[in-house]
Amino acid sequence: MLLRHTPKEINERSAVTINPAKTCQPIGAMYAALGIHGCLPHSHGSQGCCAYHRSALTRHYKEPVSAATSSFTEGSSVFGGQANLLQAINNIFTVYNPEVIAVHTTCLSETIGDDLNQIFDKAHKEGTVPPGKTLVGAATPSYVGSHVTGFSNMVKAMADLAEPVGKKNGKVNVIPGWVEPSDMEEIKRLAKMVGAEITLFPDTSGVLNGPLSGEYSMFPQGGVTVAELKGCGDAIGTLALGEWCSADAARLLDTKYKVPCKILDMPFGLKATDRFIDALRIISGTVVPEEITYERGQMVDLISDMHQYFYHKKVAIYGDPDQLIAMTEFLVSIDMCPIHVVTGTPGKRFEKRIKELTADMPFEVNVRAKGDMFLLHQWIKNEPVDLLMGNTYGKYIARDEDIPFIRWGFPILDRQGHQYFPTVGYKGGLRMLEKILNALLDRKDRDDPEEKFELVL
Amino acid sequence: MATAKKKLVQWEPTDIKKELLKKYPPKVARRRAKQILINEALENTTPEIVANVRTIPGIISMRGCTYAGCKGVIMGPTRDIVNLVHGPIGCSFYAWLTRRNQTDAGVDGENYMTYCFSTDMQDSDIIFGGEKKLAQAVQEIYDLFHPKAITIFATCPVGLIGDDIHNVARTMKEKFGDCNVFAFSCEGYKGVSQSAGHHIANNQVFTHMVGENNEEKAGEYKINLLGEYNIGGDGFEIDRILKKCGITTISTFSGNSTYDQFASAHMADLSCVMCHRSINYVADMMETKFGIPWIKVNFIGAKSTAKSLRKIAEYFGDQVLIDRVEAVIAEEMPAVDAVREEVLPRTTGKTAMIFVGGSRAHHYQDLFAEMGMKTISAGYEFAHRDDYEGREVIPFLKVDADSRNIEELEVEADPERFKARKTPQEYKQLEEAGYKFKEYDGIMPDMEKGALVIDDLNQYEAEKLVELMKPDIFCAGIKEKYSIQKLGVPMKQLHSYDSGGPYAGFRGAVNFYQEIDRLVNSKVWSYMKAPWQESPELSATYVWE
Repeated sequence: MLLRHTPKEINERSAVTINPAKTCQPIGAMYAALGIHGCLPHSHGSQGCCAYHRSALTRHYKEPVSAATSSFTEGSSVFGGQANLLQAINNIFTVYNPEVIAVHTTCLSETIGDDLNQIFDKAHKEGTVPPGKTLVGAATPSYVGSHVTGFSNMVKAMADLAEPVGKKNGKVNVIPGWVEPSDMEEIKRLAKMVGAEITLFPDTSGVLNGPLSGEYSMFPQGGVTVAELKGCGDAIGTLALGEWCSADAARLLDTKYKVPCKILDMPFGLKATDRFIDALRIISGTVVPEEITYERGQMVDLISDMHQYFYHKKVAIYGDPDQLIAMTEFLVSIDMCPIHVVTGTPGKRFEKRIKELTADMPFEVNVRAKGDMFLLHQWIKNEPVDLLMGNTYGKYIARDEDIPFIRWGFPILDRQGHQYFPTVGYKGGLRMLEKILNALLDRKDRDDPEEKFELVL
Repeated sequence: MATAKKKLVQWEPTDIKKELLKKYPPKVARRRAKQILINEALENTTPEIVANVRTIPGIISMRGCTYAGCKGVIMGPTRDIVNLVHGPIGCSFYAWLTRRNQTDAGVDGENYMTYCFSTDMQDSDIIFGGEKKLAQAVQEIYDLFHPKAITIFATCPVGLIGDDIHNVARTMKEKFGDCNVFAFSCEGYKGVSQSAGHHIANNQVFTHMVGENNEEKAGEYKINLLGEYNIGGDGFEIDRILKKCGITTISTFSGNSTYDQFASAHMADLSCVMCHRSINYVADMMETKFGIPWIKVNFIGAKSTAKSLRKIAEYFGDQVLIDRVEAVIAEEMPAVDAVREEVLPRTTGKTAMIFVGGSRAHHYQDLFAEMGMKTISAGYEFAHRDDYEGREVIPFLKVDADSRNIEELEVEADPERFKARKTPQEYKQLEEAGYKFKEYDGIMPDMEKGALVIDDLNQYEAEKLVELMKPDIFCAGIKEKYSIQKLGVPMKQLHSYDSGGPYAGFRGAVNFYQEIDRLVNSKVWSYMKAPWQESPELSATYVWE
């Protein structure tokens, strides 16, 4: 047994987190910044933060992840990191020449109290920022919230680059949240089909799912441009896909520049995708084409074809709030029962929302925000499930408890495909249904006694 | 497959160095110039390199932090100690199972390596202090698991807010009575790289665990294996070979280790140092305090493995052991040679670059050499000058602001337990016969004249080097992997071995030969261009039949 010391009996802990279902803010900020075209993310802290975040993102995407760091020493920790950041900005523009440097802070620089805006001002005054280049900054103290919070903070900083000219440009801002490059591509495809002109930000497609061609560019073609971000204050509206990842940026554009926003769920599963497409057509004043309705129908068809295998199967899921909310609704919509739901990210609203979504389920849900995977494992020991869904760390629970396991979320360190195949939208829904079905049926084929083993399922 | 395609390097090393420095701001160029060295292999002196100095802000370095060296590298492979990280959640999360240290706890042994423990500090802890939460976390761990030991790691904010983690550790240790609790002040901003963290970790391991268990251990020819972390199962293979030779490993620091191994390390009669960088000072302290001499060994490469085994046997000087070692080598080598000869036609003449660690950039050159491959450029991520130039430079190392705040333990001979392992005459005899204790000559004497030795290589320089010198394989870590491969050059991780290993010992050598053969000769590198990109002119004249 790999997690042999985890007892079935649950004692509440107040101080120690064991096997976290979250990580810290800066990595979220780094991922979001990679969705800006020509951007080099920069970590204002010790160099270890940057090394860890780059490693984690690289292991997940199997793509180069460039980012720089202020490399704090003991001295900078005492006197502040201004000198380091100024030097870094100069070195970065001279050596790597990005369009944008997106700086996020760390627990170290936040504890010291470094003020990014003041340092940026100084850099501009010293002339180390070449004309036309941009500095973006987000405060991302690691001791508040989670990686999701950091993502949201950087996305908000991106929205704050808006420079409205005061004339609506007819575009819709779509803030996709922390989804895969493949998902961002799929959202753009759907929007194009709907006929809505959108600014998607961040947009890591074309950045973290690039080709192998014998050439390396530190700044690939993808990503939302600064010009597009400047224009997002003139958009006709904003759709924020997910309260935790995207709502803050949307609300900023709403309050600051009167760009009306609608906060939706991430478009995972039938119903959330329905709401996304419907909102997109209404805000952009277009008609949903037959092709999309057709794709939707295919998804409904698969649900009906395979419903017998989904019905009342118990599922344990863990990950990030926006994803879990959408996935919980998805699972309930195909009559599966997500009975254990854990996120490491804090937020009481999360628990409330999951309870609402599972209210009609025949089993009571165990839900915890600011929980950990140790607790999830204990819940599973007390009430076993038919399926486990979440990031790669779940494989230890899956193996010990012998549960079919689907990798979904961040990070996925031991399988491929998430960069290339979306799980949002109807096409993504088909893929998700296929994954669930395969996991359940592979297990059935493994476990059925010979006399019950069947050719046709 | 084409054999030994010879790619002549078009550039002189001096030109390459110039090219690497060209784009830097003058200040950066001046600093980097001292860390990029053309190996001149002078008669008696090794050229001097600048190493173990600060990373330049904004220059994309491969390095990690002190915490990573302490928690990740040294304490990461300890399975029956609960390693609790005091800080915001990230530091513990990123060090959770990501280094591929393998361990064998058996069916019911203690194993906490699959777990991740953190105090998950919140803003209120930063403002009001985190000591109470830390003490409570230690208590909760004790109540849940009753481990032999709980260790505490400081992260950046802990040093700033001044939590006294050592006091918490002391108090809890006294309270429990049956659980060793101690702490590491390994804040990420200390030192200039992981190396400082290795030192902080090893000092505490030496202070709080070594020497706790005075029970005599069974077995003959007792050694400690220092600086072997069992990445990808290296330690398992070394253990297999040592066992076959009849050599008893009292402790391994710290691959596949147990608490008791550390506690009993002083009962060994010889310390064998694998990774000189991360642990040579522990070997020194073992000698000063307990009288255990040390030698440098290297189990990377079949020949190096054989050489190291012979060196151990020669130390003990027992003919039975010497014969057994020879028998083991004779038994193991045919299988190694068979694979080596099989891959040689496909690997001979190919070139490699290695930029990892504090030892591996040196050790792995042996394996490449066995395959007929030349290492044309190499360097360390976090090594010191002695790892480049040899131990004779140690007395001349400059102490700077960063190295000064990493504690050097003052160790004296243990009044009761110090025991000379050999008589002065025996030592003299060995040394007169050419036997070398505490010796390490560093990477540079083993590299060719004109090879580029580069300390703390960064992303820009890596890309330039590959572009200019076109190696057949590049070795570094995960962060570097894909930018190199995008250029069409295979990249092997030599920190975590990608998903491979072991590469140590005899079986490891076989694995490595096969892995490198697979990488440098993979068909995929020929797919970079589509047919219409390779001969675009055809498209205009092509006619359907």
